[in-house]
Amino acid sequence: MFGKKPLTMTQRNRINGYMFLLPNILGFLAFILIPVFFSFGMSFVEWNGFGAFKFIGFDNYTKLLQDDNFIISFRNSIIFMLITVPITLFLALIVSVWLNSGIKWLKLFRTAVFLPYVTSTIAVAVVWQLIFNPTKGPVNTILMNLGMDNPPGWFASTSWALIAVSIVYIWNHIGYYMVLYLAGLQGIPDHLYEAADLDGAGIIHKFFHITLPSLSPVIFFTVIMGVINSFKVFDMIYVLTQGGPGRSTQVLVYTIYNTAFKQFDFGYASAMAYVLFLVILVITFIQFRAQKKWVNY
Amino acid sequence: MSQAAAGTQPSVRRTNLFKKGFLYVALIITSITMVFPFLWMLSSSLKADNEIFTFPIKWIPETVYWENYYKVWTEIPFHLYYLNTIKLVVITIAILLITCSLAGYAFSKIKFPERDGLFFLYLCTMMIPYQVIMIPQFILMKNLGLIDTHAALVLLGVVNPFGVFLFRQFFSSIPDELLEAAKIDGLSEIGIYARIVLPLMKPAIATLVIFSFMHTWNDFLGPLIYLTKDELFTLQLGMQHFIGQYNTEYSLLMAAAVSSIVPTVLVYILAQDYFVKGVVGSGVKG
Repeated sequence: MFGKKPLTMTQRNRINGYMFLLPNILGFLAFILIPVFFSFGMSFVEWNGFGAFKFIGFDNYTKLLQDDNFIISFRNSIIFMLITVPITLFLALIVSVWLNSGIKWLKLFRTAVFLPYVTSTIAVAVVWQLIFNPTKGPVNTILMNLGMDNPPGWFASTSWALIAVSIVYIWNHIGYYMVLYLAGLQGIPDHLYEAADLDGAGIIHKFFHITLPSLSPVIFFTVIMGVINSFKVFDMIYVLTQGGPGRSTQVLVYTIYNTAFKQFDFGYASAMAYVLFLVILVITFIQFRAQKKWVNY
Repeated sequence: MSQAAAGTQPSVRRTNLFKKGFLYVALIITSITMVFPFLWMLSSSLKADNEIFTFPIKWIPETVYWENYYKVWTEIPFHLYYLNTIKLVVITIAILLITCSLAGYAFSKIKFPERDGLFFLYLCTMMIPYQVIMIPQFILMKNLGLIDTHAALVLLGVVNPFGVFLFRQFFSSIPDELLEAAKIDGLSEIGIYARIVLPLMKPAIATLVIFSFMHTWNDFLGPLIYLTKDELFTLQLGMQHFIGQYNTEYSLLMAAAVSSIVPTVLVYILAQDYFVKGVVGSGVKG
């Protein structure tokens, strides 16, 4: 005690704070924060998992620009995003509005719509493979009974595979966004609608002038999440198509996985991952700029 | 619409009835479409292979083939995949709850200068795609000698900024005055955390348990990268290999698929309110 000053409030709090954080922050540093910087460094080297890093400057990045494999998967990822995000969000919004109109059995319907989201992609993918079986599956059987002679080959066709995967993805993700929208809708105060009723406003008018504006922060959030999530699709591709047929469903994330863990080209894969990161950052940034025009807080 | 509103009582009632009717029809069709693959999966899992693709769909098989399930569970070590997955889920959740709730407490209830900066760092990393960090993580695990161990997956599962974020959200709802009062009564910070805050946090704990259960149970990429030995496989990875081996024995595939999703479906149906709360509170998919 002699000569020692008692700890100040801040010092005590700091010690306590770090003690509480310690177990978590160690993991955070080792497995998240340091890897972020480490992989940035790795994107400038050539390394196959053994031996020394070979520094090659921007070579990995310039190689990307001429790499067919990369360009095609980049394009596929963008197409996949453009198909799935608008359709998923649109359908989720519609269903959530239906669910929010004071119907009975809300929980039952919600459970049904949300179910695909909680079940494993692997199990679900097997079923869809059979449902979309080109010769025997129920979808094509129905199409042929309806008089279509050449129904789509779905997962087996280069022109349909990406669409088939998109359908499965949309089915899988509607529930997630529906739940978010439903929470947003339930937060809209009733008196807004009551006031509109007094003015004799119809359903369509109320949707565009009350529901959509009130929901715009949630919609903004779901667009951002939707884009990020669509870039992350992996399990589904891995099980359903392995990127094929040809390279028709090879998305960026799948190519990164292959480059890293099949070809052991860790430096090159890191460069790809950073491009993916950059694309996500840029798209998110653009959305944040654009939100001022349409999001009401 | 406005005409209907201005019309007489019976016509208003008729439009309302019509609207309600339309809503229910739309919702029933939507629900059936969403559930169709599951029903088809279940029905096919009890059929003979040659009966699966009959059209129109026969929902109840002519003879019920229970032995499909027996085959799946005996021909491949399905029980082992189950046990591995359960083990991973339990250990990951236990550690995750402790570290995340401690960190969440520090981030919301202890005031120190670097706190908000650190939390901001946590938030920022939630935007970074997993692919950016997966290679350095792999190299680190390799150097720690953790390839082909469950420990690698536990470590990765435990380090989850989302859990910290969720706990911080929940902790923020507890009034500071309550903690001040406890402090005056002489409770230490850890005492406040364990005896006052945690007991109030049962909903948060339930939410995180359900959420990480689903996440760990369904994780595929992690096991795919870290596990190569069959006896270590999780359910998802085991499923994927099973698909490769038995890709033409459809009814077995369906029986395996049903077997692998039963726990998540049950947990979801029983605890869906917590799960929905987790989704809404976070907006982060696994």
